[in-house]
Amino acid sequence: MAALESEEMFINMGPQHPSTHGVLRLMLRTDGEVVREAVPHIGYLHRSLEKIAENVTYSQFMPFTDRLDYLASMNCNHVYAMAVERLAGIEVPERAEYLRVIMAELNRISSHLIAFGSFGADMGAFTPFIYAIREREKINDLFEMVCGARLTYNYYRIGGVAQDLPEGFVGKTREFLDYFEPKVKEYNRLLSWNKIFLKRLTNIAVIKPEEAIAYGVTGPNLRGSGVKWDLRKNEPYSVYDRFEFEVPVGTGEKGTVGDCWDRYWVRIREMEESVRIIRQALDRLPDGEIRAKVPRVFKPPEGEVYLRAENPRGDLGFYLVSDGSTNPYRLKIRAPSFCTMSIFRKLSQGLMVADLVALIGSLDIILPEIDR
Amino acid sequence: MEAQRIYQLLTEKFPGNIYELKEKATQPASIRVNPETIVEISSYLRDDSELAFDFLMCLSAVDYPENFTVVYHLFSTKHLHKIAIGVKLPREAPRVHTVEVVWPAANWHEREAYDLMGIVFDKHSDLRRILLPDDWDGHTLRKDYQAPKTYNGVKI
Repeated sequence: MAALESEEMFINMGPQHPSTHGVLRLMLRTDGEVVREAVPHIGYLHRSLEKIAENVTYSQFMPFTDRLDYLASMNCNHVYAMAVERLAGIEVPERAEYLRVIMAELNRISSHLIAFGSFGADMGAFTPFIYAIREREKINDLFEMVCGARLTYNYYRIGGVAQDLPEGFVGKTREFLDYFEPKVKEYNRLLSWNKIFLKRLTNIAVIKPEEAIAYGVTGPNLRGSGVKWDLRKNEPYSVYDRFEFEVPVGTGEKGTVGDCWDRYWVRIREMEESVRIIRQALDRLPDGEIRAKVPRVFKPPEGEVYLRAENPRGDLGFYLVSDGSTNPYRLKIRAPSFCTMSIFRKLSQGLMVADLVALIGSLDIILPEIDR
Repeated sequence: MEAQRIYQLLTEKFPGNIYELKEKATQPASIRVNPETIVEISSYLRDDSELAFDFLMCLSAVDYPENFTVVYHLFSTKHLHKIAIGVKLPREAPRVHTVEVVWPAANWHEREAYDLMGIVFDKHSDLRRILLPDDWDGHTLRKDYQAPKTYNGVKI
């Protein structure tokens, strides 16, 4: 029998759609329930942060980095601070480095929690989201103790951090870690090995390792494809080389290496590794200064630097050009979600519409970072 | 591999098209090349087994008073070395050939450079604005950009 002719239909998914994780618009070309192609249209949250950077001083730009990946503000702060320090050759005191690692890893947990929770919600399981938010609240409480804010922290400073730990922080953090560790097991029983969840995710939207590298996909999405690549391990910055932790990778345990479930599973295991890092950092937290001396009128020497580090969503990079004045001459932000999204059109070809939702959730993108 | 050695390999392979190596106050070290030969140089950088730059970390356009510069930050997942490749483009007509066939990651980066800085990438498969609306006037990251008073008749 000759193949039946069918007409293709164009559908807009987004910009306001619960499963697109923000204001993302996908233009779907569908043939029945099969997606022939999904073309992402981005830019709805564009604030031109790179232009703003040219009009503020180096330290004034720090709060803007909070607004890049708002689920991982601490991590964004960290990378920006390191880029400026590299440019100006500033040495960060040891205690500050430890505080930075503790905050970055706590934030990594809370960011992965949202990824876990919202992914569950995307797949039709709403309860995990409530669980994730419950734990995230506790991390927010810790951050509020440290810097007074619960979302955009602006805690890092060029040369260190804003203030030292408040009394009781170390104890409270240990308490949280003891509480949190068994919760991960609970998530697995609740969601990770749930039969419906597995059926929705395994063997769906597989990213091959060489494809991931060619498109600049990084972070858990790259590791989900079985590539053992984590900048904290492979290109240690700050004091990450002093801690013991594993780099979880996708193994195709339930389906194919690099499928949606593998990407999800990497994040779950990374939360456990972050707990390990925080415990070690708390044990060895040294005394001392929390900020290097940086002149009030801060002018890094002429030069340029490209620095990247491991954010919860992949390699965040800053390309900074200094002309020796108080403001950056040019700042380019290499956003991990932006690069991840560039492979989307290719991955979407041939998926079912419902699987497209699984793909978006498994990539764990965040729109303010894509749009900058 | 050291930047010196990468520079040496490139000059041997593309005599006359490799201009200068900058190591001072530049991280990673950067090599300025002839924009006309960017595709050949990129393919060589990716495919040569000693260089194997398979990962385009970042592609940025910078607006300098004398010219526009496009900088390609490259990394090799095999040898773990980095380099920046730069091309200078004239202010009046900044054009350079796309490198998306070499690194697919360049596709969106180049669209962004086109959108915000007005660099035209020849032979690009999909050179449209990416962050700004399609009917936006001008390129916002240029130093001489003047923000408009209105957009489609709406005051901003």
